[in-house]
Amino acid sequence: MPLDRSVVQNIAHLARLELNAEEEAQYLSQLENILGYFRSLDEVDTSGVEPATEIVDPGDVVRDDVVDNPPAGEELLANAPSRHGRFFRVPKIIE
Amino acid sequence: MEKPTSVAVRKMDYEAIIGLEVHAELLTASKMFCGCSAKFGAPPNQNTCPVCLGLPGALPVLNRRAVEFAIRAGLATNCRIELFSRWARKNYFYPDLPKGYQISQYELPICVGGWLTLDTEEGEKRIRLARIHMEEDTGKNIHDAQVDASLVDFNRSGVPLLEIVSEPDMRTPQEASAYLRKLRQILQYLEICDGNMEEGSFRCDANVSVRPRGSEALGTKVEIKNMNSFRHVERAIEFEIGRQVRALREGEPLVQETRLWDPEREVTRSMRTKEYAHDYRYFPEPDLPPVRLNREWIEAIRQSLPELPDARRSRFVQQYGLPAYDAEVLTSRRDLADYFEAVVASGASPKAASNWVMGDILRVVRERELDRHLRIDQWPVAPNFLAQLIQLIESGTISGKIGKTVFARMLETNRAPEEIVRTEGLVQITDEGALLSEIQQVLAENPDKVAQYRSGKEKLFGFFVGQVMKRTAGKANPQKVNELLRSLLESS
Amino acid sequence: MLEPIWQPLAQVAKELDAGRLSSVELTTQVLHHIEATEPKIHSFLTLTPETALEEARAADERRARGERGPLLGVPIAVKDVILTKGVRTTAASRILENFVAPYDATVIRRLREAGAVFLGKLNCDEFAMGSSTENSAFGPTYNPWNLQRVPGGSSGGSAAAVAAGQCFAALGTDTGGSIRQPAACCGIVGVKPSYGRVSRYGLIAYASSFDQIGPMARTVADCALVLEIIAGRDPRDATSAAQPVPRYSAELERPLRGLRLALPQECFGEGVQAEVRDAVLSAVRWFESQGVAVVETSLPHSRYAVPTYYLVATAEASSNLARYDGVRFGLRLAEEAGLLTMYGRTRASGFGAEVKRRIMLGTYALSAGYYDAYYLKALKVRTLVRRDFEAAFTRADVVAMPTAPTTAFRLGEKTGDPLQMYLSDIFTIAANLAGLPALSLPCGFDQEGLPIGLQLVGRPFQEAQLLAAAHAYEQAHPWKSQHPSL
Ligand SMILES: [Zn+2]
Repeated sequence: MPLDRSVVQNIAHLARLELNAEEEAQYLSQLENILGYFRSLDEVDTSGVEPATEIVDPGDVVRDDVVDNPPAGEELLANAPSRHGRFFRVPKIIE
Repeated sequence: MEKPTSVAVRKMDYEAIIGLEVHAELLTASKMFCGCSAKFGAPPNQNTCPVCLGLPGALPVLNRRAVEFAIRAGLATNCRIELFSRWARKNYFYPDLPKGYQISQYELPICVGGWLTLDTEEGEKRIRLARIHMEEDTGKNIHDAQVDASLVDFNRSGVPLLEIVSEPDMRTPQEASAYLRKLRQILQYLEICDGNMEEGSFRCDANVSVRPRGSEALGTKVEIKNMNSFRHVERAIEFEIGRQVRALREGEPLVQETRLWDPEREVTRSMRTKEYAHDYRYFPEPDLPPVRLNREWIEAIRQSLPELPDARRSRFVQQYGLPAYDAEVLTSRRDLADYFEAVVASGASPKAASNWVMGDILRVVRERELDRHLRIDQWPVAPNFLAQLIQLIESGTISGKIGKTVFARMLETNRAPEEIVRTEGLVQITDEGALLSEIQQVLAENPDKVAQYRSGKEKLFGFFVGQVMKRTAGKANPQKVNELLRSLLESS
Repeated sequence: MLEPIWQPLAQVAKELDAGRLSSVELTTQVLHHIEATEPKIHSFLTLTPETALEEARAADERRARGERGPLLGVPIAVKDVILTKGVRTTAASRILENFVAPYDATVIRRLREAGAVFLGKLNCDEFAMGSSTENSAFGPTYNPWNLQRVPGGSSGGSAAAVAAGQCFAALGTDTGGSIRQPAACCGIVGVKPSYGRVSRYGLIAYASSFDQIGPMARTVADCALVLEIIAGRDPRDATSAAQPVPRYSAELERPLRGLRLALPQECFGEGVQAEVRDAVLSAVRWFESQGVAVVETSLPHSRYAVPTYYLVATAEASSNLARYDGVRFGLRLAEEAGLLTMYGRTRASGFGAEVKRRIMLGTYALSAGYYDAYYLKALKVRTLVRRDFEAAFTRADVVAMPTAPTTAFRLGEKTGDPLQMYLSDIFTIAANLAGLPALSLPCGFDQEGLPIGLQLVGRPFQEAQLLAAAHAYEQAHPWKSQHPSL
């Protein structure tokens, strides 16, 4: 279970969190501590145990194919940090 | 510059392994997880709501019809329909992905296995499907040079998609494009996808690798994106095979990567290799219960499936006595086959109907770019009118030539052919007396030509026919004119 | 007679019905009380006095037209992770500091229909991640019983506001104990419904397979009145259950006789403050004296509840919080530096330390190579935790235990050690892992005068049984009439 600086950097990148060196070191030591404690799960014999992916079975939960939303009003766009007309505007995406 | 190696040389010692991933947008009225319209072409961000904008607190609720469509697709491609399938989140950041994850299926897709058959030069070939799963579409990033920014529109965000993944069973670009055409045709027959590649409702990514012929090992797989027509698919795969073969020959390394097809330069080019590999961190979607199906529903859907292209093509040959080529063309589109059958059902003979549909009707369809699915009442000419027209010609009421005129008038006016023929006086002249007097008139006006003909210049016969047709505005029955003219010219 | 603001919700509605008090008068009094106490408590992030008075006027008009209802014209407040249309909803985070909710959560819609008056939005740990409300980006809330103590968390603002008489009831949310633990810390009643009982539509998600909205109030009956309004199937939440909703307030007088109470041995051992253990055991003895059968039981996997919960919940959180990317709403920083930097800096500055820690932890648990060892393993242990409860419920109807191992701790006491903070959820988490209904109610005070909470956990969708048992206990004990002196 190797947790090192580069793993922390990779996770921070996946999560899009810009960390400085100090924060990286801090998260590394905290995560090591927390995950070390969490390794207690290794003691548990889970062979043949199904993962709990469903907490309750809520029954039939689908919708009919009906358009019941009105055209989006201004309030849905109003929180945008930057707009161009009815578009959301973001820094240029370079592929 | 990368150049494809010549196909002839390549074919001898390398073979390509091609697998395709198709994304087909489903023709539901509303989106996959919210009640927004899934229609194409609305003003920016009009078809959006908290759910498909990924606003805080919003939750997805599954559209039952999208599931039904997925089952239809699975049944029509011989897949096993899973009674239990699960939603998963695929996590990545991109401005067109509002939640920061796409709701998709991962470990347990709805359809597994399956196949479809292609007609190839070497006979029928079966292409296997790995799986079909459901997922939601993303929004669109528009790159606007004027504002020096990218603009995001979420109208497509949450539109239901099927991802249809083939096994790597194709060996040539032509097979790949034949597979795509077949798949699109089936989805169109099922009326679950309009198959429009330009608008992006039917999209394709290709996985291509090459290996020395006879080798069992798989080569380095390259994914190609950004091909938005059948032609692009063929050209891109062709180019990529050439590039890889050349690299192998010259001992250059090939990297597993994603390459973009550049349709202008007709090359694939590497997307900048990311510093970090993708890690989508799939996990079960906690906001949606698993999809549980019952056999009765699947059976009911199976019963409601339309006749599929292969079956219909064979039937057209057998039932209507059509040539295989005609049957192929007529069944290429479900709406076209429906139209043809409606014309026949209205009393036209199948072969004549086939000729008119494949000729004049498809010409108009091309001219008017009617490439979307047409309802039976949306065709340029109503099927019963086309049948009437065919009957008018076959009964001799009008000539084939006048038939073309009437057809043109039908296009302009939407009137019944009988009415056009009657009101515009287009009925064929078959009355011998009337024809005789016209012919005599022509001969009398051209005594020198008559003399030339009689002295052996038999080519002039056509001239006399033409003159008679001109005088009758094309309405003279051509056979009768031929008979009468010949007897008059040769009698004295 | 009690001042109106300290009356139980059920009582004040009767005053309103009788015309002895108008909603406008009541709301005005409550707003004055908030003004007086808020500098000490800091339970609110946003106050909406103008709209509250409008809603009060509207409620008075509805009542004048003959309408009745236990919440009609009654001032309540809402944890700031629940969307309230037209009102700033921040999740106590910088990243949503200026976010104005464009729609109402389903629970809010239902409460509006019932005529509730909304006073504003209550403080909490950022994105409901925490156990002390110290993780709020806008400063902590102080425990009304002792201002040096935390109110618990994450629904600390809700608990403090109710305890301080600033509202008659509040909505909280409970992912790993965030209703029950602050209820215990502040000496009030808090109900975490069964998973699926209350719609999550419009609740800013922390961990989707755990989150539940629930009522917090000074009495069990008040919680029952709110719960019966907000519970029930919602076509906008595919995980909301179709089970019919009983009228909880009409089922409170169910007799205790025949009830079987289980005590899990794991919850009374080391690490539990002696006064807490004694208070809970003495409450259990009272139940026994009322004819309730008490059995010992064991929840052998409960010792793994904390790691199991923190792996699964943070995994879900890492995905749920991906939408805070500065594109469609919320904070945006460094857009001039390009997309990648915009994402990284917006999220790094917008989220607080604990939120980032949990995003990191969850991202790690899901990432390639670690998924099976952490996330999948935790999901399997989650199954075992549920089975422990199923086994216990073959011999008992209700499981009783302390809500928290200690009474409210000091501000700053645990902020330096995330793991110690996580362990304060040790008794509440299991019910979330198993999706079970659970509540906390006051069962005494420690020597420093800090409230102690008794936790009852029931079978899925057996909220009525829990509420009835809690109500019976509450009727026989004086705790509910004690209020913090402010
Ligand atoms: Zn929508």
